[in-house]
Amino acid sequence: MNNIDSINHVTGKSVYLDDILIQKGTLHAVVFGSSIAHGKITHLDISKAEELLGVEKILTYKDVTGQNQIGGIIEDEPLFAEHEVHFQGQPIALIVAKDEHTARKAITLIDIKFEEFEVVIDPRIAKEKGLLLIPPRTFRIGDIKNAWSKCDYISEGRVDSGGQEHLYIETQGAYAYPIDNGSIKIHSSTQGPTAVQKTASKVLGIPMNRIEVDVARLGGGFGGKEDQASGFAAMAALASYILQRPVKLSLHRLDDMKMTGKRHPYSSDYKIGLSKDLKIIAFQTTLYQNGGAAADLSPAIMERTLFHSTNAYYIPNTEVTTYSCKTNLPPNTAFRGFGAPQGMFVIESAIARAANELGIPTRTIQEKNFLTENDEFQYGQIAKSVNIGNCFSTASRLFNIEKIDNDIKKFNQENSLLKKGMAIMPICFGISFTNTSMNQARALVHIYQDGSIGISTGAIEMGQGVNTKMAQVAAKVFSINIKRIKLESTNTSRVANTSPTAASSGADLNGNAVLIACNELLKRLKESAAKILECSIDEIKLQDEQVLKNGQVTELSWEKLIIKSYLSRICLSENGHYATPIIHFDKSKEKGHPFAYHVYGTAIVTITLDCLRGTYEVDNVQIVHDFGNSINPTIDKGQIEGAVVQGIGWMTMEEISFNKDGRLLSNSLSTYKVPDIYSAPKAIECHALETVGPELAILKSKAVGEPPFMYGIGAFFAIQNAIETFNPNYKLDFDAPLTPEKVLMRLYEKNV
Amino acid sequence: MQTMISFILNNQLIKTDKPSGGSLLDFIRYDSNLPGTKIGCREGDCGACTVMEGSLNDEKISYKSIVSCLTPLGNAHGKHIVTIEGIKMECLSPIQNSFVANAATQCGFCTPGFIMSLTAHSLANEKSTKQKAIASVSGNICRCTGYKSIERAAEDISKLLEDKNINNPIEWLIEKRYLPDYFLSIPKRLNEIKENQQIANPNDVIIGGGTDLMVQKADELVESSINLFQDRKDLKGIKVENGRCIIGAATTASEIEQSSIIKEIIPEISSCFKLISSEPIRNMGTIAGNIVNASPIGDLSIIFLALNAEINLGPRILPLKDFFLGYKKINLQKDEFVKEIAFAIPTKPTLFNFEKVSKRTHLDIASVNSAIHLIVNGEKISSCSLSAGGVSPIPLFLYKTSDFLKGKAISSELIIQANEVMQGEISPIGDMRGSVDYKRLLLRQLFFAHFIKLFPNKVLASDLLSNSDMR
Ligand SMILES: Cc1cc2nc3c(=O)[nH]c(=O)nc-3n(C[C@H](O)[C@H](O)[C@H](O)COP(=O)(O)OP(=O)(O)OC[C@H]3O[C@@H](n4cnc5c(N)ncnc54)[C@H](O)[C@@H]3O)c2cc1C
Ligand code: FES
Ligand code: FES
Repeated sequence: MNNIDSINHVTGKSVYLDDILIQKGTLHAVVFGSSIAHGKITHLDISKAEELLGVEKILTYKDVTGQNQIGGIIEDEPLFAEHEVHFQGQPIALIVAKDEHTARKAITLIDIKFEEFEVVIDPRIAKEKGLLLIPPRTFRIGDIKNAWSKCDYISEGRVDSGGQEHLYIETQGAYAYPIDNGSIKIHSSTQGPTAVQKTASKVLGIPMNRIEVDVARLGGGFGGKEDQASGFAAMAALASYILQRPVKLSLHRLDDMKMTGKRHPYSSDYKIGLSKDLKIIAFQTTLYQNGGAAADLSPAIMERTLFHSTNAYYIPNTEVTTYSCKTNLPPNTAFRGFGAPQGMFVIESAIARAANELGIPTRTIQEKNFLTENDEFQYGQIAKSVNIGNCFSTASRLFNIEKIDNDIKKFNQENSLLKKGMAIMPICFGISFTNTSMNQARALVHIYQDGSIGISTGAIEMGQGVNTKMAQVAAKVFSINIKRIKLESTNTSRVANTSPTAASSGADLNGNAVLIACNELLKRLKESAAKILECSIDEIKLQDEQVLKNGQVTELSWEKLIIKSYLSRICLSENGHYATPIIHFDKSKEKGHPFAYHVYGTAIVTITLDCLRGTYEVDNVQIVHDFGNSINPTIDKGQIEGAVVQGIGWMTMEEISFNKDGRLLSNSLSTYKVPDIYSAPKAIECHALETVGPELAILKSKAVGEPPFMYGIGAFFAIQNAIETFNPNYKLDFDAPLTPEKVLMRLYEKNV
Repeated sequence: MQTMISFILNNQLIKTDKPSGGSLLDFIRYDSNLPGTKIGCREGDCGACTVMEGSLNDEKISYKSIVSCLTPLGNAHGKHIVTIEGIKMECLSPIQNSFVANAATQCGFCTPGFIMSLTAHSLANEKSTKQKAIASVSGNICRCTGYKSIERAAEDISKLLEDKNINNPIEWLIEKRYLPDYFLSIPKRLNEIKENQQIANPNDVIIGGGTDLMVQKADELVESSINLFQDRKDLKGIKVENGRCIIGAATTASEIEQSSIIKEIIPEISSCFKLISSEPIRNMGTIAGNIVNASPIGDLSIIFLALNAEINLGPRILPLKDFFLGYKKINLQKDEFVKEIAFAIPTKPTLFNFEKVSKRTHLDIASVNSAIHLIVNGEKISSCSLSAGGVSPIPLFLYKTSDFLKGKAISSELIIQANEVMQGEISPIGDMRGSVDYKRLLLRQLFFAHFIKLFPNKVLASDLLSNSDMR
């Protein structure tokens, strides 16, 4: 079944933030950000800018009516810089004018001077200087100290992975206006409406019930609008509150790229030890997370790195430590995978180098160390329904890995300037917010008198199809045509205290809340039908828009049942509440059972490298993925393909670069490249592993948003594999992304 | 005095006195309340704002895709601009249907742009193939789908278009419900729009396609007095005169790419274009714009340098090599403008090759690019023109290397020596597009690539790559 929005999408009728019909008198805002990455504001004069015809007001921290604070996990980020700035692009003021053009012009009239301070962009340097966002954390299992002596082979190294710009095609934005009762309504392009509500409430200094946040849909989010939408929404709300006028703030792409955080770059050291028979006995790693200038979601992301630093392997002695380092970059934030890709890249690099040093294929080590049933993760959870071995062996058999190997060998012998390379990327990804309290959701289901249904939840639709899945759930429970169901905008007045749509868990949490609400309504409807048909409730069944009694069609259609129930004063609305059972985690011990279940899969990635020019193409990504029992294979396949290409982008062409002064150089779409249609793999084949699916997934259909992103990591190793074939002098190094520049330099690297 | 800009937007005649240097995108979204056309970047790089532009040429209308963010409103004058709302019918078009059927839309934000690019593709006077359908969306970025579903949709669409009447696509497309009926009335209605008389002032900003200028200073252009060049008939077209090929300054990259004259003279030139920007950008950007912009990595500058082109500035004609003086400094006086670019049509069989490497192969600016144009007499090179971009402050004609090669017999040895000469002739700087070492190495590789491609029997890659030493 296709996304329920697709017809509106292809006709251009879907409404995004900037498409909302604006009210008369709407003002437009532009953010004035710092031009330097670190320093003190010694002089700020906005008077000339404020005098410009058409400028209504310029807001600075002095105008904040509540607290000048937007930090979510830690209160360490001002809405507007007060005396110091900590990253280039940090908001200092908001220019509110009759139109965007005027506001932009006013920026040029702002007079500002800084005293510049030392800029730190390297997380290792930050760590040395003691610049940490939070104290470091360590996960441990086994006895790492004594494990090394048991290893026959030990290998060490350094691994670096770069940042990644979300590049949602719709930029950040918000539209706020005053409504009755001194309240403010905010339309925001956010994944976290409650975060927006909370932040605006704090900044404006009014209770949460005076702020209504509404989200129709996003033109992409990928994590970038989980936390970072809140600041911009709070700015629009503050301006609207102070001026009592509607205010729109829709970021220009250049401002969006400059002002918002990205995927965290990580730099890591590791040590890995293996036995003679290639079992990984010990793994120790220290990861330096480049957090940027404020905590944002970095603590939670760092936590997921700790959880996933051993990927799909069982390693009896593991010690992983992460430092969340404070640097002068924009506060880095959530991005599909949430710290897991960075962690997995380290263990995969460690295995690749060990294999290279031992002169064996990487997959020999991978295969020997996969998790098996009842293995213990370093965080104490016992692995259940483990499918990694199954995914790997199915992929090897189905896609005939021996033949792929042989074909590549043959190709490489026959071609001197083109070389093919291959890599295998296994994944294991835990589902649930690692912060247990966030694993809750509510759904408000109304059945209207005419039999149509409106569903409100806390989930945000951003292309991932969560609304479609929830409509499917309701349609299934009532056994009615899905066309009767409408998913409402996500609104904090209808569904309160929502968790952000993130951690791949949107459909699980909200879908289960919908399921609970619908089941309750179904019970009532059955009771009502039983009364009308004068039988017992057990004899009633709803099927294909009809009420069946003992399996026989009755005169009660869905519509008749609804109107009759309404007339008998039966409540046709229900609020479902879901909280994931079982999960818990004890931070003082760093042990627990944080995940409802894990998603497994394996990808075989093959590439062709042009060794003359240093350019490459991905030939094929062949996947065996554990979907559980997918309720929507079409949508899930779309998630796989999209995530794979995004993952490949992260590992190949997507290169964020800052100069030493902390100025973003890759600051536009002409300098920051994401995959286009020609850089997508020639083929992506995805086979669904046959499994039952876990009880805790919505209708046993596993979460699918993030896990396949990590298949893209295979592209790095496949390209590296081809470089090795061409240049025997190349000494493996692990510094992603592997851009055409890095590739060419490595192809012609000489042994030193 | 503000001129009136008049065009047909979807099914409606527009007359506006808005500034001609404003963007068509803003006019569509905010002045005309047509929010289906999206904003993703305002720099031509995402395609979310793609619309179709129909223009009359000898009573015949033809459509192409353009990015509305970089289209100066003035360039819409006399045209038919079609947004996603302009193809609304009682049903979905087969293109829209294919997108739905293949789940080629997720968040949907990029989708109207893709649909418009493919609709423009359906209007082409040529047979559709899967490759061409995909090429038509080469300027559209989607961050959600990973493109495979879009490829599947494109393939279905090209199949559906198989029996399109290529001589009269519009009628066929209306009949098959790709387009609403009103498209038939457009040529007549466009005919009724009068040309604007421009009174040029030497202080006016000249705009061709706007694909450089609108990126660099959109905010200023709204308030500037503009001299629109793109539709100047006297500056358009490709012709042959006295053994020379003459290209009007306002000729677009697409027009050069598709020109039968160019294809006949040096067929290899046409095939370079797929590495240059994207279909909509090529539909807009002019040759003079590329040259006057003087970017050291301008692809057209590099290609025409190797063709030993001359640049006609009206009173003066200069070799293109002498036009570039320094970084973004050109030999052009205040009251001058580019009229045409011309090059001598080679009388002897010639060899031509163009190489370009960028971070992303398509729709990206080169790290280094290079073109070579050779005439070979038996074993010997009798003439050589070599150019390279990204390795100096200007698009560089490599005099010394070209001279060095002239009169010599082709061998791997010679090419390796020539590289040494070439390395002495360039002065790359490290920037976003690569370090100095990379650019030097890459130019060597591209230089080798010219010869490996042109002389597969005389030059062996293994000799070149093993004998020469870069670092
Ligand atoms: C997304 C994108 C991708 C691109 N990719 C590439 C690429 O791959 N390779 C590449 O080389 N370029 C690329 N470009 C740059 C651009 O498309 C070309 O340089 C194009 O040819 C510029 O032509 P234009 O008519 O649009 O120039 P305009 O922007 O209209 O003008 C550019 C300059 O030329 C002047 N000018 C124009 N015509 C004349 C004239 N007749 N006489 C005197 N001055 C004149 C203008 O005043 C201005 O200073 C890209 C641009 C974009 C937006
Ligand atoms: S808005 Fe991105 S190409 Fe126009
Ligand atoms: S569907 Fe979201 S960008 Fe294409």
